[in-house]
Amino acid sequence: MIKKLNEFIIGEKGIVKTVGGDGRIRRRMLDMGITPGADILLKKKAPLGDPIEISIRGYSLTLRNAEAELVGLEVIK
Amino acid sequence: MINVALVGNPNSGKTTLFNALTGSTAHVGNWPGVTVDKKEGTYKKGKDPINVMDLPGIYSLSPYTPEEVIARKYIIDDKPDCIINIVDATNLERNLYLTTQVMEINVPIVIALNMVDAVERSGASIDAEQLEAKIGLPVVSISALKGRGLHELMGRVAEVVETKREGSTVLAHSELIHLIGDVNIALKAKEVDNSLFHAIKLVELDELEVKEHSDLVGLVDAYKGTINDEVFGGDFEGVVADSRYRYITANYSSAYKQPKLITKVKKNNKKTDDTQTIVSQPLNNNLTFSDKIDRVLTNRWLGIPIFLLILFGIFHITFSENILFLGGIPAIRDYVSGAGSAFEGVFINGGVMSIGVIMQGLMGVLTDSIGGWITLGLEAVSSPEWVVGLLVDGVWGGIGGVLSFVPQILLLFLLFSILEDTGYMARVAFILDRIFRRFGLSGRAFMPMIMGFGCSIPAMINTRTLADDKERIATLRVIPFFSCGAKLPILTAISGAIAITFNLPGTEFITYGMYLVGMATALVSVILMRNTTQKGESSPFIMELPNYHCPKAMSLVLLLWDKLKHYIQKAFTIILASSIIIWLMTHFSWSWTFLPDGEIDSSILANLGMIIQPLFTPLGFGSQLGANGWVFAVAAITGLIAKENVISTFAVLAAVVSSGFDGASVDGIQEVSQMIGATGITVAGLIAFIVFNMTTIPCFAAVATAKAELSDKKQFNWTLVFWMATSYIVATMFYLVGEFIWPVAIFIALAILIVGALVLNNKAPNFIPNILSKLKIRRK
Repeated sequence: MIKKLNEFIIGEKGIVKTVGGDGRIRRRMLDMGITPGADILLKKKAPLGDPIEISIRGYSLTLRNAEAELVGLEVIK
Repeated sequence: MINVALVGNPNSGKTTLFNALTGSTAHVGNWPGVTVDKKEGTYKKGKDPINVMDLPGIYSLSPYTPEEVIARKYIIDDKPDCIINIVDATNLERNLYLTTQVMEINVPIVIALNMVDAVERSGASIDAEQLEAKIGLPVVSISALKGRGLHELMGRVAEVVETKREGSTVLAHSELIHLIGDVNIALKAKEVDNSLFHAIKLVELDELEVKEHSDLVGLVDAYKGTINDEVFGGDFEGVVADSRYRYITANYSSAYKQPKLITKVKKNNKKTDDTQTIVSQPLNNNLTFSDKIDRVLTNRWLGIPIFLLILFGIFHITFSENILFLGGIPAIRDYVSGAGSAFEGVFINGGVMSIGVIMQGLMGVLTDSIGGWITLGLEAVSSPEWVVGLLVDGVWGGIGGVLSFVPQILLLFLLFSILEDTGYMARVAFILDRIFRRFGLSGRAFMPMIMGFGCSIPAMINTRTLADDKERIATLRVIPFFSCGAKLPILTAISGAIAITFNLPGTEFITYGMYLVGMATALVSVILMRNTTQKGESSPFIMELPNYHCPKAMSLVLLLWDKLKHYIQKAFTIILASSIIIWLMTHFSWSWTFLPDGEIDSSILANLGMIIQPLFTPLGFGSQLGANGWVFAVAAITGLIAKENVISTFAVLAAVVSSGFDGASVDGIQEVSQMIGATGITVAGLIAFIVFNMTTIPCFAAVATAKAELSDKKQFNWTLVFWMATSYIVATMFYLVGEFIWPVAIFIALAILIVGALVLNNKAPNFIPNILSKLKIRRK
């Protein structure tokens, strides 16, 4: 089942299946390694619930819920 | 000479390597995007000298941020003889993603595998030889920080520059390789340099490339119909990025050997996807050192309070005369009352003073003594009175008044640098992004703003990391409101003088208050701009959070040394010249006759000062002041050259204006309180004076920087207007509030209404027209 990254709960893991959006935002996400097949772990959310911090390809990346919504993942149990 | 360019991801250690190679002292920080412009230096330890160019850190050669464009332009157009691609070993996959793009260019490349020591400390290892064999480029393990492997690295560079290298690509197995090949042939026919690189960018329909070779776009479009990727469809940009990462994961990542422990844990957890475990870096729930710190510092409830506490702590250590409020505890108060002791005034004064205040006090004692010695020396050789006056009041008064604040400025700068170096600043951007977005900015804008507390110039340059132009302009304009080091003497001297003259307690709170006023002004201005002239969505916030690390003493020392040099240089050039000019202008009349101290009112400066004085009447330091009231107007104007001039102007004039003042004391505070006594300015007028200086046009150097950073001349002119208008309005408000509370309440209510209406109009378009049309209907 595909779940959007912004719907993940802290500690949940998934494999990227789709990356949406366009132009600059999409390119940035692809450049940062959010591509199909990459593992993502939702590490934490900022004090006000947004942005979020994920672990991807061995490093920490922060992005907003608006951007996370563009990433579809398959949850790893 | 051979030209070598350093290319790599942000925060991968390029500038550290650059400093190690060239012996320069460029600023290094633990924040992605510290270097936003190229810097040049020379490596002299090899056989022949090599020219080294430090480029801004980039994740990709796509054309979306100014830094990426700078780096890309340099590599393609300026054609370095060799590229050192610095790769952060702790972050192999993402760093090699850039490598796969750089290798498509026809240039010799050496890969510098940095921070291998950090990888080994975590128990993992990297096989540089295996990586070299797979990637087909020389790989050298280095530690830029410890200076290891640099000689070998530069040796390999000297070898490869002798050879020619054709670009190669990892996209050979991609479904797009035929298209890339066709475009490549077409470009070669047009005799385009680096045809492979351009071909791939064109296939991605890269903005810059499409503009350059619009005739070949049809070729790419025709291909779109024949390929239909299951995930990306006809989006070739996506296909290319994906193919690169796939290739890296499949081929290079095996050079990274995970620590045994983690593999075992994974087995115990009965991980089934073994392929993933081998080729990819660990993605596990084990907390790293950084994660543990982050559990506290970016904690849901504690994150924001901790940030505010740290900010308060920094200012408290720099400005407090009663550190930790120890003076409030009776037992300690008795002990540190200090009356009569040798420590009174410098170390203790009813409370223990903070390091910043102690350093300022000591420096004040030193500059005072030097002033005294100069007087004694000059009198010993029986110099004429005007020589003593010029040298002691004019020259040393001006310089000393500024120098006594240098330790405090450096301390403030050091504390902020430590925060930046640890990696905490990136977390603050993470915490504050949600709040900043309300004002129309991204969390990234926080960094240039906080840099503004040190100096506006690097802060303005740093706004380049903001991808959106309008957001960038708005941020750049409010940076001077984050009171810089040069404005610190104004704050400290005037609030100190207010405390002495009007017998008010809590100098430090006047100072904090003024910092807050600056920040509040910035906030309101940003909201206004983002809702009117600089309207737009805040740019996306996709940022790497670097690992925490211990601040490096060496880089901090270098940074402080640079800063110290800067202030001393300024004191002995701009401030020295301004002080002499001011002294001369106060001691000569228009007919060029020398005036003794008592006749200052007929001096050139007094005349000029009186002309501009009425301008500042609404602000409380204009015509309403008594005799010599023009000094505040003059100080404000000299401050436009360099903000230190404000206090040095007071220092030069104090001896002239106030007959009882011996001129030997040069700690700034004394001079200002002499001025207050002589002119009869009110507290409200003084506060307005600080506010004016803090929010007006910054120094010459910062204005020049703003001009360079704002490519549009119109935007620059408006920026000047904005600074003048803001300072005039805000300072007037402060004066009026202080002097006449009531009329002002109405004024403020009006201002809030206007701001509110503008914001609402932005949220719900046509809010103002709707109301206006309703009013018209009623009138009918």
